[in-house]
Amino acid sequence: MTAAADAAGAAPVFAPAPGAAPLYRMIAAQAGLELRTLLRNGEQLLLTLVIPLLLLAAFSLEPLVNFATGMSRADFLTPGIIALAVMSTAFTSQAIATGFERRYGVLKRLGATPLSRPGLITSKTATVVTVELLQGVLIIAVALGVGWRPSASPAAIVTAPLLIVLGTAAFSGLGLLMAGTLRAEATLAAANLVYIVLLGVGGVVFPLTRFPAAARPLLELLPTGALSTGLRAVLQHGIVLPVGNTVTLAVWALMAIALAMRLFRWE
Amino acid sequence: MSSRKLACVRTGRDAAAAAVEIGGLVKRYGRTAAVDGLSLTAASGAVTGILGPNGAGKTTTIEICEGYRRPDAGAVRVLGLDPIRDARVLRPRVGVMLQSGGIPPSVSPADYLRLLSRFHASPIDPAALLDLVGLAPVARTPYKRLSGGQQQRLSLAAAVIGRPELVFLDEPTAGMDPQARHATWELITRLRAAGVSVILTTHFMEEAERLCDHVAIIDHGALVAAGTPGQLTGTVGQLRFRAEPGLETDALLAALPPASAAKESPAGHYVIEVPGAVDPPLLAAVTAWCAERGVLANSLRIESRTLEDVFLELTGKELRA
Repeated sequence: MTAAADAAGAAPVFAPAPGAAPLYRMIAAQAGLELRTLLRNGEQLLLTLVIPLLLLAAFSLEPLVNFATGMSRADFLTPGIIALAVMSTAFTSQAIATGFERRYGVLKRLGATPLSRPGLITSKTATVVTVELLQGVLIIAVALGVGWRPSASPAAIVTAPLLIVLGTAAFSGLGLLMAGTLRAEATLAAANLVYIVLLGVGGVVFPLTRFPAAARPLLELLPTGALSTGLRAVLQHGIVLPVGNTVTLAVWALMAIALAMRLFRWE
Repeated sequence: MSSRKLACVRTGRDAAAAAVEIGGLVKRYGRTAAVDGLSLTAASGAVTGILGPNGAGKTTTIEICEGYRRPDAGAVRVLGLDPIRDARVLRPRVGVMLQSGGIPPSVSPADYLRLLSRFHASPIDPAALLDLVGLAPVARTPYKRLSGGQQQRLSLAAAVIGRPELVFLDEPTAGMDPQARHATWELITRLRAAGVSVILTTHFMEEAERLCDHVAIIDHGALVAAGTPGQLTGTVGQLRFRAEPGLETDALLAALPPASAAKESPAGHYVIEVPGAVDPPLLAAVTAWCAERGVLANSLRIESRTLEDVFLELTGKELRA
């Protein structure tokens, strides 16, 4: 396209023809780019895939920790690793990515496009869910390989995903709250710190039963403890719905999302 | 039928309506008013330049028009609509180039433009646009590894890919080398030819003089002058020459029409300014005066003031934060 072509009477390339694309197309495009960016980022892959899978394989195959739970190591670990995977994707990875998007003005610039803010949040959620599905496939494959034998009621087909959805909502709310209020560097540091701490005290690889009796109910009130304990109840103990853990996650989700909606600053 | 008219028909737009109308705009940050009672109008289908020193309120004004900030007082209409209340309707119709940033560092120009093209109903083809702004050779290079000028050109491409009716360009040529600047000027000229309204800010007076149909000079958040570049620069004629330093300019003035001014600045560079334009009798009077004294007027030039002269006269020469 050249100026000569313009003059020749063809519609100029810049002739106004404004209009928004359908919402689903915008969301798919945004989520697609976010997903490709995440999958190309080594640190993010380490966080969301390598660490959970390594922990699962290593702690299942070698008696590094005496779980003393009466369960096989793979049976104890798998629900905890699923909880860790949800936290790493919905919280840590999303907080860091969004924090830097805010710092680089990416969120501000997107605010001037036809993609609305609810559309952007939907894209981010779609990205998180897609990564979680990928994590789920890999974790289940490795878990079955190292001897995981779930012992769940048929209702687990609904209640385990329900717990994961609530956990994802809670962690996403917390991650976006952090990313939308702190500086990007502070978010990076804090999100990683929270990840390490909750990996330690969230019932992921160290059973909550090994902590002092007084601390245990408190640790189960943390989102990671609630998710790992709840998933373990559903997947290994045949419990249909661990009500306490479910309510805990729902409360975290509501509080975190409400706060994020109030406090998130886009630039 | 001009392409601009065609564009009006295509978008059902009222050609008479202004692209942007600002009246009595006030925006305060704490106790300082970044914009302090600014009023200006940008005509539809024209290139309007907002000029002003750093801190004059240019970016704040543009960002209010883009719907990023809420004014404390005053009225702003963009394409006849409210930038915040009607944001959903305006976003597809308005292209935005921020002063800096906004593009993810690890994303390539090709990926970024493809993303934005998916947000619009009838976008420009991303590959064609990359070609147009000279980024085809670096289409797959991450944004963070592009030069400053390449980053600016990607940002410009992102502003126009959705085929908007109106674009806001905040310092579009900052950090560009002369080649990139000229390419950008050509692109803005083509936007205008296609019927797109352009509002830009710039520090380059030459850019404003070349590109803009209309300029508004603002300082301390208020309008200090507005008009076509010709209107702003054409009020004073200049005659410049070089000669030995220390000529008696007072004696020269006595030989010239009243209301003329003559000064030597720097030494050996003489400037004579008259209201309106330099005319043949004035030229004759100056050269006659020189001839009487045996002075050879070197590099004698007749010109009008540049926009930069007008700008400095209106906004002063002291440095801004």
